[in-house]
Amino acid sequence: MREPTLWILHILAGIIILIFLGIHMGIMHLDTILTSLGVGYKNPLSWSSVLIRNKALFFTITYILLLGAALYHGFYGLRNILFELSLGKSAQKAVNWLLFFVGLFLFIYGGYAAIAAYVI
Amino acid sequence: MADQKEQETSVFTEEVIKEVIFRVHRFSPDDGKPPRMQDYKVPVKRGMTVLDGLHYIRDNLDSTLSYRFSCRMAICGSCGMFINNLPRLACKTQILELEADTIEVKPLPNYEVIKDLVPDLSDFFEKHRSVMPYLIREEEEEKIDPPTNEFLQTPDELERFLQFAYCTKCGLCLAGCPTVATDKVFLGPMALAQAFRYNSDTRDQGFEKRLELLCVPEGPWRCHFAGSCSEVCPKGVDPALGVQLLKGQIVFTKLGLKKPHKIAPLATEKPEAKRRPGIPEAPPRTVKKE
Amino acid sequence: MANGTISKPENRLGIVGWFYAGSFSFERYAYILHRITGLGILLYFLLHIFGSSARISGQSSWESLMHFLGKPIFVAGEYLVFIAFCFHAMNGIRLILGELGFSIGKPGRPVYPYRISLNRQRPLLVVFMIIAVIFILLGGYDFFIAGH
Ligand code: SF4
Ligand code: FES
Repeated sequence: MREPTLWILHILAGIIILIFLGIHMGIMHLDTILTSLGVGYKNPLSWSSVLIRNKALFFTITYILLLGAALYHGFYGLRNILFELSLGKSAQKAVNWLLFFVGLFLFIYGGYAAIAAYVI
Repeated sequence: MADQKEQETSVFTEEVIKEVIFRVHRFSPDDGKPPRMQDYKVPVKRGMTVLDGLHYIRDNLDSTLSYRFSCRMAICGSCGMFINNLPRLACKTQILELEADTIEVKPLPNYEVIKDLVPDLSDFFEKHRSVMPYLIREEEEEKIDPPTNEFLQTPDELERFLQFAYCTKCGLCLAGCPTVATDKVFLGPMALAQAFRYNSDTRDQGFEKRLELLCVPEGPWRCHFAGSCSEVCPKGVDPALGVQLLKGQIVFTKLGLKKPHKIAPLATEKPEAKRRPGIPEAPPRTVKKE
Repeated sequence: MANGTISKPENRLGIVGWFYAGSFSFERYAYILHRITGLGILLYFLLHIFGSSARISGQSSWESLMHFLGKPIFVAGEYLVFIAFCFHAMNGIRLILGELGFSIGKPGRPVYPYRISLNRQRPLLVVFMIIAVIFILLGGYDFFIAGH
């Protein structure tokens, strides 16, 4: 009964990523176009703009949300690909646990970085 | 009138239009040789199908060639082959339509090969069987066998699944499916479309039972809508449609966004039909029921 | 095997079948592109988690990392990831709609010539691919022409 839940979460995570990674990509890579339209700011990778984002609660929260959604979406996709190589039942279990723990570790690590950047 | 005559003669002409090379996959389990391709020259007349070409080879050039066919009219689903880069029915594929001088005929991919062009479809049928492709009713007295009376279904309700009932179990869809190319246990487009077909039949109450069989890793979640199954399906069944609708059906039902379909009632009155005079009774059953 | 027989050839296409299995329409190739771009983005993302954590160790380590990543090869690599994201996102919307059953039509009577779900959602595919290309071009302008 677990599969449909995992699948619909994959879709929901995809929608979250679409929105927040869309914003992120816009800020980072369409900055000249957006600033000429009057939104966003120049030099998004300069230390001063990093500081602005570090201290903005909106970015801290959406970074953590995006981190979780992207890790789930990416690892579910990887699981799909691995499962489709005719894995046996025990190999499937191993993949599940491996991806779960690696994902959890990365979530804690990245979440810590986002919070630390906000607090410092 | 003269015009029409002329047309008729040109359509039904017996004249050989061109000669093509049939490059045919050969393999026999007991001659000890590895699989190989063998060329045959086949004269082509208008209207000749790839199956006709194989008949020509078997009758005139090489009687050891094995292939499977029965109805030669795209009904039985026996003659699925990999013909010039697509899974197709040999009897539904015109040689001239392929517009090629070499016709490459291989057994359907993603199935084991028994001999020459004969794929082993037993896994495929096993997957079909595993999704309970039959009407399931809850009440004992409505059990379909032996039938007591008919179920009442509207034409609209019929059209919700009718298209999937056109499936001939030819197996082309699994030969086209990218997931089946690597995944042995994935149920595949045909079985999943059939699961949807019975789930959506108002005469059926087996949704919950089938749910358990479908909510597994090898269920519809392995489908990523490449759509190849629907492209190769010779009967317009569109199995990809069935698989996507099945995913939606399961997820939306689980989320409570979709109500289970209404159940077709058993007709209460027997239709008043009298045997017309002169029509004999059916012969007695030959198979005893216990 | 003992008496010289060969076991049944499996004839499964294998991973080759993900990439090519015959003359199929664009959706089949969108499928494999979705897979490749997904894996590429995932790889980048994992590196990105560690890279952007450099900001908690202060200005100098951040700026030296940014200086290092400013090399043309990394910028080009990043643009590839940007392209992958544009495709994956737009194709992803199409897939969500299709897989939940919204853009693929309803079952009907199969009347020849058959019209299948793939045909019904194709306009959507075209529209989303055009949007993806527009974003890719805008990004290219920003990456290579307007600065950095
Ligand atoms: S769905 Fe189409 S291709 Fe697949 S087995 Fe049925 S008739 Fe053949
Ligand atoms: S021989 Fe029956 S489908 Fe081709």
